[in-house]
Amino acid sequence: MSWFSRKKPKIEEQSNEEERKVKTEGIFVKCPECDSALYKRELKESLQVCTHCAYHFRFGARERLDTLFDNGDYEKLDEEVTSTDPLRFVDTKPYIERIEAAKKSSGLPEAIVSGKGKVGGHPVYAGAMDMSFIGGSMGSAVGEKITRLIERAKKTNGAVVIFAASGGARMQEGTLSLMQMAKISAALAQLHQAGLPYISILTDPTTGGVTASFAMLGDINIGEPKALIGFAGPRVIEQTIRQKLPKGFQRSEFLLEHGMLDMVVDRREMRDTVIRLLNFMMHDEKSRR
Amino acid sequence: MEVENEIAPYKRVQIARNQDRPYSLDLFNTMFEDFVEIHGDRRYSDDSAVICGFGKLDGIEVALIGQQKGRDMNQRRFRNFAMSKPEGYRKALRVMKIAEKFRRAIICFIDTPGAYPGIDAEERGQAEAIAYNLREMALLTVPVIVVVLGEGGSGGALAIGIGDRVLMLENAVYSVITPEGCAAILWKDAGKAELAANSLRLTAKELYNFGLVDEIIPESVEWSIDKEPSEEESSFDEVSDKLKKSILKHLRELVKFKEDDLITTRYEKFRKMGEWSN
Repeated sequence: MSWFSRKKPKIEEQSNEEERKVKTEGIFVKCPECDSALYKRELKESLQVCTHCAYHFRFGARERLDTLFDNGDYEKLDEEVTSTDPLRFVDTKPYIERIEAAKKSSGLPEAIVSGKGKVGGHPVYAGAMDMSFIGGSMGSAVGEKITRLIERAKKTNGAVVIFAASGGARMQEGTLSLMQMAKISAALAQLHQAGLPYISILTDPTTGGVTASFAMLGDINIGEPKALIGFAGPRVIEQTIRQKLPKGFQRSEFLLEHGMLDMVVDRREMRDTVIRLLNFMMHDEKSRR
Repeated sequence: MEVENEIAPYKRVQIARNQDRPYSLDLFNTMFEDFVEIHGDRRYSDDSAVICGFGKLDGIEVALIGQQKGRDMNQRRFRNFAMSKPEGYRKALRVMKIAEKFRRAIICFIDTPGAYPGIDAEERGQAEAIAYNLREMALLTVPVIVVVLGEGGSGGALAIGIGDRVLMLENAVYSVITPEGCAAILWKDAGKAELAANSLRLTAKELYNFGLVDEIIPESVEWSIDKEPSEEESSFDEVSDKLKKSILKHLRELVKFKEDDLITTRYEKFRKMGEWSN
């Protein structure tokens, strides 16, 4: 028997490379623009804007309303207005299943949430769309919720603020979706005649029938930095003209240059900007002070 | 309503796109008298994809707006396949405001695959031009009658489509997206256009049932403007005659409205559109 034979088992070899890494998932997020590692909690405090390069991450609809209203205080509106399936639309999956899946995954009842409250002391009716609900698409329920919001504002002399984030009209509701553009625009016409303010905030991305209706009809149209905003999507245009599109095409800054937006505003300054504008536009008690 | 329902939706799409169908200009020159064309948006240029002007219908002066496709390659190029750029929508609105000023009714003819998706159109505010028309048409104080003549292509059609009455030819289609576009996105295969056409419910009868269209103008299936019609087919004249009678009937109803009532009823008409659960 060898003097040096091993009685104890070898120390186990270090586990492979992957397992040796410190698990940072859930703590850090990498900025897709400047590659900085961002502390998740800090990112939340900066409203999902990169603290190094001001890249704007996508922002949820509820968070938008929470950060718009004074003290995050507002009354939710029309949460019960939801999509049905009037066309009994089936593509690779029935539309009704898509609706249910979207409700679960997004935690939202529809592609827009809305509420009323005060912003800088002014009475405001606000809505915020969310890309995580069937691409933020506008069907009848979205159209109905926005129309009711505008009608309420008109009745009670309030202002309307809408954060757009949408791929456009919802295909699964066909021409009914298309008509929501007409319905909302007609309601905005009435609000306009009543001399009440409407501020449209266009976020990444805002395209199709949403841009071609209420998103472009603000007394003031504000874009978030580098948001994609357009009527036709970039892929459709590329296919039509068979050319690569210029850099920066259909981004907020491009639209500002072409006179389609009034301003491009960092999300962290959005609330203050909206208050500044409402102070000018509203003749309520708060403004007379 | 005596409307055939046996034709498959995608077949209707093809009929709606048939170049032998009546185009806006055909009607301006036959159904109306003394047509005179008005050009330009006074901002940038003139868009030949949409024709605007004044004409008389049975002696009644009306403003006319019509999207115009072309019948041969040269015409198609000249008309940009009836795909308007922002200046087209702005010209249309300018003519509508002239009509309003002089208290004349407006008749709009829709026939477009959609608004033009190009760099220049985006730069000049395609979305804004459409949106602004939707809002301003809602406030017009004169009667507006919309006729969907052939292809009703999404926002590009709707931008001249806010009316007190929306009439639709039996074989016309009106959709949020072309069946080909819809198939490419949802099925990831443009070849599934036939399936998409079935799903989209874009035919006159479907849209009538959804309350988006007020009246369907019956027509026969395959007819051409210069071909002698067969017995069961109605001729161009016959269809245009039915359309004319219908427009006149609605005009006579609408001229009785007071300005404010016209706007309110138009609002209520579009306000009801859509289906949702409470």
